[in-house]
Amino acid sequence: MLCQECGKRPATLHFTKIVNGDKTEFHFCEPCAREKGELIPGTAGGFSIHNLLSGLLELDPTGKPATAQQKAAQPRCDFCGMTYAQFSKIGRFGCGECYRHFQDRLTPLLKRVHGNTTHVGKVPKRVGKKVQLRRQIEQLKRDLALKVEQEEFEAAAKLRDQIRELERQSAL
Amino acid sequence: MSRYTEHAVSSWMQADGPDSDIVISSRIRIARNVSNEPFPMLATNQQSEEVLNRVASVLKDEELKVIGDFDLVPLTGMSELEKRVLVEKHLISPNLANEARNGAVILSGNEAVSIMVNEEDHLRIQVLYPGFQLKEAWDVAGRIDDIFESVVDYAYDEKHGYLTSCPTNVGTGIRASVMMHLPALVMTQQMNRILQAIQQVGLAVRGLYGEGSEVMGNIFQISNQITLGQTEEEIIDNLHGVARQIIEHEKAARQKLLNESRAKLTDRIRRSFGILCYAEIMDSKEAAQRLSDVRLGIDLGLIEGLSPKVMNELLVMTQPGYLQHHYGRPLSPDERDAHRAKLFRERLNPSGR
Repeated sequence: MLCQECGKRPATLHFTKIVNGDKTEFHFCEPCAREKGELIPGTAGGFSIHNLLSGLLELDPTGKPATAQQKAAQPRCDFCGMTYAQFSKIGRFGCGECYRHFQDRLTPLLKRVHGNTTHVGKVPKRVGKKVQLRRQIEQLKRDLALKVEQEEFEAAAKLRDQIRELERQSAL
Repeated sequence: MSRYTEHAVSSWMQADGPDSDIVISSRIRIARNVSNEPFPMLATNQQSEEVLNRVASVLKDEELKVIGDFDLVPLTGMSELEKRVLVEKHLISPNLANEARNGAVILSGNEAVSIMVNEEDHLRIQVLYPGFQLKEAWDVAGRIDDIFESVVDYAYDEKHGYLTSCPTNVGTGIRASVMMHLPALVMTQQMNRILQAIQQVGLAVRGLYGEGSEVMGNIFQISNQITLGQTEEEIIDNLHGVARQIIEHEKAARQKLLNESRAKLTDRIRRSFGILCYAEIMDSKEAAQRLSDVRLGIDLGLIEGLSPKVMNELLVMTQPGYLQHHYGRPLSPDERDAHRAKLFRERLNPSGR
């Protein structure tokens, strides 16, 4: 079989694309496939999950593509500088902080991809320890406020010392 | 470096795994990032170098040494062909081979563990085991993850879990997959129905070389889609359960073919074997199909005196990158087809050169 693009070289790469149940077959030689940017196993380029994601992200909540004005007003991650428009183009975040900055917009996307928005799996021991400490400190501060309100100053002082100790630990 | 490109088959593949007549390999990949560093895509040269150095310090960890001997192999200085061989052996991704700045791979001596550095994420921990050993692979990958975690702070938040460059990996960061050889399900035309069912339970099916690649030689890679909202154990149990069912269906289909059309099946398998032994020109698609037939023949006892390991080896050796590496020079597609056929003749039929 000859390459369907140049018609000269033999087709060595064969692809099947299925979009909405419509099957299309492609037969290319390697140079033409490369030129067309089709995926050659073992090389970069071609259609990827990121293209698909950016298709989902380009849509605003009403399903219409975002206007230039809307894009300009989009939030920016203050750690890596990535804007939501950039993210929606490439389908990848620039850093971990992006998750915090784009949280509101991210929730519907995560729901669509995972059917879920909250992690329930493994917690890293070191980072998780800080998370636990923070939770503990927050609880003690609530207790402290209560004791002050009840004018139980001795108990409040104990809580204050405990909080200081935990804050010292969490700063380590 | 040459120790990792010299042999087509990693030594982990030499071992027999459970259900290895159907499951070629089981793989766990964990995506992790170092906190307070931009992801590799945006990192400057200096930042990615810093990540590489921090990660490399883990190699001194005593607990890691218990798991195996590890080597850090930087991608810089590696030839294109060497990179491609590593891709064909599934030790690195095409992405790392082509784009990575300060990219490197940490490999265990038997190549069962490969840890990519500065790929799409800072760390991609991969464990590959022969046969159906998903849980065993997860045990090892989890231990390695714990070791890294004790040395570097991971990008993690309470709500989203482990933070990854692509939101399709966020949460557990785990991609578990099994590579299955399913010729009887294809021959009995049950595959489409099964593929639909697989997708409905949150799993994905791909070809031999992952995302976007075509299914060749009846080899299907089945993996979890969802990484957020399920625990690691749930993800692995789910895939394990589905893969187990597919194994049983494939076994039943093989038995059915043997009972109902033994002569036709034997004829097809022997013809493929004959073609592999004598053909002068062989493209990669035909090679994959003929190898699939012969492998099925070996598994069913219709071809004797050949090891399925030879088939695994030939599957990797006849890929474009390895082929060129084996002959020590770049080959045009036509030359590759001729050399591929020659390789088959040499390996399968020493008298038929």
